Amino acid sequence: MSSIIEAFKNNIRQYSMLIALIAIMLFFQVLTGGILLKPLNITNLVLQNSYILIMAIGMLLVIVAGHIDLSVGSIVAFIGATSAVMMVNLHINVGVTIVACLLLGALIGAWQGFWVAYIKIPSFIVTLAGMLVFRGLTLVMLQGASVGPFPKAFQKISSGFIPDFFGGKDVHITTMVIAVCFLLAIVFVELRSRSKKMALGFAVSPKPVLIFKLLGISAAVLYLCSLLASYKGLPNVLVVLFSLTVLYAFITTQTVTGRRIFALGGNEQAAKLSGVKTRRLTLLTFANLGLLSALAGLVFAARLNVATPKAGTSFELDVIAACFIGGASASGGVGTVIGALIGALVMGVMNNGMSIMGIGIDWQQAIKGMVLLFAVFFDVYNKSKN
Amino acid sequence: MSDFILSMCGITKTFPGVKALDNVSLDVRQGEIHALVGENGAGKSTLMKVLSGIYPHGDYSGEITYQGNECRFREISDSEKAGIVIIHQELALIPYLSIAENIFLGNEQQRGGVIDWLLTYSKAQELLDMVGLDESPGARVTDIGVGKQQLVEIAKALSKKVQLLILDEPTATLNEQDSEKLLKLLLEFKKQGISSILISHKLNEVEQVADSITILRDGAAIETLDCRSGEINEEHIIRGMVGRDLTHRFPERDAHIGEVVLEIRDWTVNHPLHEGRKVVEDVNMTLRKGEVLGIAGLMGSGRTELAMSVFGRSYGVHAAGKVFINGEEADVSTVSKAIGHGVAYVTEDRKTYGLLLDQTIKENITLANLEEVASRHVIDQNQEVLCSSSFVDQFNIKCSGILQKALNLSGGNQQKVVLSKWLFADPDILILDEPTRGIDVGAKYEIYTIINQLVEEGKAVIVISSELPEILGLCDRIYVMSEGRITGELNAAEASQEEIMRHIL
Ligand SMILES: Nc1ncnc2c1ncn2[C@@H]1O[C@H](COP(=O)(O)OP(=O)(O)OP(=O)(O)O)[C@@H](O)[C@H]1O
Ligand SMILES: [Mg+2]
Repeated sequence: MSSIIEAFKNNIRQYSMLIALIAIMLFFQVLTGGILLKPLNITNLVLQNSYILIMAIGMLLVIVAGHIDLSVGSIVAFIGATSAVMMVNLHINVGVTIVACLLLGALIGAWQGFWVAYIKIPSFIVTLAGMLVFRGLTLVMLQGASVGPFPKAFQKISSGFIPDFFGGKDVHITTMVIAVCFLLAIVFVELRSRSKKMALGFAVSPKPVLIFKLLGISAAVLYLCSLLASYKGLPNVLVVLFSLTVLYAFITTQTVTGRRIFALGGNEQAAKLSGVKTRRLTLLTFANLGLLSALAGLVFAARLNVATPKAGTSFELDVIAACFIGGASASGGVGTVIGALIGALVMGVMNNGMSIMGIGIDWQQAIKGMVLLFAVFFDVYNKSKN
Repeated sequence: MSDFILSMCGITKTFPGVKALDNVSLDVRQGEIHALVGENGAGKSTLMKVLSGIYPHGDYSGEITYQGNECRFREISDSEKAGIVIIHQELALIPYLSIAENIFLGNEQQRGGVIDWLLTYSKAQELLDMVGLDESPGARVTDIGVGKQQLVEIAKALSKKVQLLILDEPTATLNEQDSEKLLKLLLEFKKQGISSILISHKLNEVEQVADSITILRDGAAIETLDCRSGEINEEHIIRGMVGRDLTHRFPERDAHIGEVVLEIRDWTVNHPLHEGRKVVEDVNMTLRKGEVLGIAGLMGSGRTELAMSVFGRSYGVHAAGKVFINGEEADVSTVSKAIGHGVAYVTEDRKTYGLLLDQTIKENITLANLEEVASRHVIDQNQEVLCSSSFVDQFNIKCSGILQKALNLSGGNQQKVVLSKWLFADPDILILDEPTRGIDVGAKYEIYTIINQLVEEGKAVIVISSELPEILGLCDRIYVMSEGRITGELNAAEASQEEIMRHIL
């Protein structure tokens, strides 16, 4: 019995940020009189924060590698502007535009990564420069004006929902089917890993803990998906976001490249002497963030249905804050993709909740700042106790 | 009681998962040199951290009485006020500040918040004279060698009116002359009434200077020996430390030496910053299959630089020379290429070049050869756990488990992790740079045994070491380096310490 309690305790420590997120959600659910978790609002919450979430994934890798990128907000604006010029002014095909913009984003990231990795200029400076350069280029390209609206197909990225193949009336059946399949997959993976571990004679968490964990996940997923299904179903963005999450969580925790990024951020010299190609890897993390920022830029532009010179202003701060709230270390080598996403959701829920409550943007900023500080304090405190 | 300057009584300190100290008592007499010895992870450093307030009162149980008063230090500055100064296993100087600035860091010579530079420099000069360091107080700490840095630490301690000086493995990174000098200084301090506690794995030094010796094993004080009675010998100490007799310092081995596997020809390397300054010059060297090759020399003689430059040009600017592996010219211009050719280099500076301190033992051990535990780029976590646990068992690494962070290991156990990492990479040619620095006698023997096993399997090992007995006891053949050049090649069976020293000088 005591071992079970012990295991629960360990798990709770591990999930402390998730618990904090749930607490914040419940808090606002009460304060907003139940509006926060209304189907429409949940959908909104996802759409509103999707671009921050997408960038948080990429930023996490950069932070784990021991760097920072201040230019992501400007890249969002620059890519939005590029896509607008291509589609609206030059009438280029939507698909071609999207691919070109993503490549351009990766290229911009690689360019900044080059200065950081090969010329050894601190990333803070390189990306501070990038922040100015790409904001400036956005203004040049848009000539100070807004360009829009976009073709319908492009808007679908942000405002569309997956079709319901089962033609449900009040509920979106495909959404629920996907949710159930996802849960089955999780149960399968968990059980398989557990039995493999037992076969090798490793300690595994006790059964009640596992069951509790799986039930918890199932309840949360089914609840959120049923909320979404009772509105219009899964938004397209959420599908993209979800795929990215699974992909990057896998890369960071299960692959050789992922492990090497952590080694690079933990001790660059030691990693290098262990055969890690540190420069190439650094460049890669920046290129990757460039790519994801470009994607975020497209999503954001599609959502506003217009490209403006001011787009993405101060996004970098939200994205960086998300990673730190989610437990990443400012000195590199530590962090998780899931943590960063939870961090971004904490910020997002607070923004959304406070807006519903009618709190002004001025107070919102101040409160968010304090939350960032306390979240990181909480994390540091937790670690020092450990 | 009054002739004890310090008595620590019933000290117990636990970390999550480990009891580092278990009811330890330590009594230090006024004006003596008290040695503290024990295996890696026995709790020596932890005990001293308790004493100096790094682990504050309340974090441990037990009592500390110093100069007749019970002490409850809450931070380092409390113990320093009382005249207890600790010099850590890893030096804590600020590299880009001057010697004088470092000496008075935290204790600045000031008037109303403004630093009095004249006073700072003149006082620093006085202290440097006391420790016999011939450097200008304005010199930057990075620009002087480790031996001198150690003296700066001691000068810093003196500036704090030290009465009890704690030195945690001060000579681990020093060469023999510098060590000698440091020990003399301790004896000098003793005459002036300063007591000291000396932690060391070099038992000959301990025997040379200590008045009493306390032996720790697995977090418990085994016994305290009084050296004035004159019946102390190394065997006795070792038995106390490891709990059994250790008759041979070096395991036996029949050498089966085969053909040349590694040849370095006309190797010249320039300093990374000063162009044209040769750090390694015209080195020619061969290494044979099944051979343990030693490289002797003073610190700064270019041994590490030679090894690192061969290992993927990790040091300096390559000027000339070729590397042949198994008779064919090999491209070792990057670390991964060198690893690909079966070469591994185990660094002498584990904190800077060896470890991911914030990451687990497991992640450290597999880093250099992740492919081994991965299939199609995906890591098999279970396989990884198995591999790293087997090294933890084999090397007897003291830890709470393979998920413990490298940061929280004792110095010697960190060294074992670095070694494991490179053995896991399964190299044919293993270059070990000071492999037993900071390692206890028992573990040294284990490492020597492993080296022997490796060469038995037909691999080749290069050992760089500043400890001449180690070089002589372990190696088949010895190169001596001095100022970047090879100044001698000796057959170990016929060589002696004197002969090596002749080539060095
Ligand atoms: N911060 C920490 N967290 C967890 N365990 C720790 C921590 N610091 C030390 N330990 C553990 O306490 C034990 C004693 O460590 P300590 O550093 O005192 O050893 P030591 O005698 O100085 O060894 P060495 O000769 O290798 O330096 C070790 O098993 C170590 O793993
Ligand atoms: Mg120690």
